[in-house]
Amino acid sequence: MPKKDMPIEKSHIMMFARSIGDPNPIYYDEDHANDSDVGSIIAPPTFTQASAQFDPDYFLRPKIDGKGWFGSGKEPTGAKKEGSSSGGDGGGAAMGLHAEQHFEYHRPVRPGDILTPETKPGKTWEKDSKRAGKLKFSESVTEFRDQNGELVVTAIGVGVQTEKPVEN
Amino acid sequence: MLDKSKINVGDTHSEVVVEDLKRTQIVQYAGASGDYNPLHSDEIFTTKVVGYPSVFAHGMLSMGLTGKMLTNYVGDASLKKFGVRFTNQVWPGDTLTSKATVMSIREENGETLVDLNIETTNQDDVTVITGSAVALAK
Repeated sequence: MPKKDMPIEKSHIMMFARSIGDPNPIYYDEDHANDSDVGSIIAPPTFTQASAQFDPDYFLRPKIDGKGWFGSGKEPTGAKKEGSSSGGDGGGAAMGLHAEQHFEYHRPVRPGDILTPETKPGKTWEKDSKRAGKLKFSESVTEFRDQNGELVVTAIGVGVQTEKPVEN
Repeated sequence: MLDKSKINVGDTHSEVVVEDLKRTQIVQYAGASGDYNPLHSDEIFTTKVVGYPSVFAHGMLSMGLTGKMLTNYVGDASLKKFGVRFTNQVWPGDTLTSKATVMSIREENGETLVDLNIETTNQDDVTVITGSAVALAK
């Protein structure tokens, strides 16, 4: 299994906080953070989602090994018509949507931590929906442990595969 | 951190967490989070191949925006739990308001915990996120 360790770096925390429009200095200002009750820079509550950056096989990142990408280039989809694991019509992979996300926090995530995620599949279930056809839900439970083996964050995600795009 | 002597069941806190969401902010979130699903940045793919009216925000961007309201209310490093369901998509141009409501205040293992109900709505009053959180109080 490829290594997926997530080294926590303060510049990454700053960029992540910017992307959610959060100006809280606890996410980037060392002087402020060191003088606060918290005692150091910490990561925002949804930050462990960025562990995708450290998964070498993460399927929603264009790869640098020339394996192709299903987003548009010259054509609306860059996926090859056949033999592609990301769905022949290019739309297959994109039908997956995020249905739920739950976090349990055991302690704050801090720069210098090295988190190791371990993901286990959870429940699966199906439901019919007027807006998107048959829905297939699947749950995954990821435990993020630190360099000492202590549990830091437990993340429970629920994904849904829709039969067709969701009507709005 | 929330002060238990100053909060009551039924108290609410709400904030506008994004106004007129820009496609560029969605791209910014893709870069920071590592989720480059073209549904969130590639208008051509999303409209012509998948059939949505435009790109839309990552669910986790909506959750991150909602979390900003939450940490502003409960304080830094005070959350014990935070969970959401994504009930509707968030589109470029949306203005989102997130609200926390105090549901209960309880003691557990020597700690004071506050249970919160969470909701984020768009400019048309459509709910895009429902959820809950547990925060430590003093």
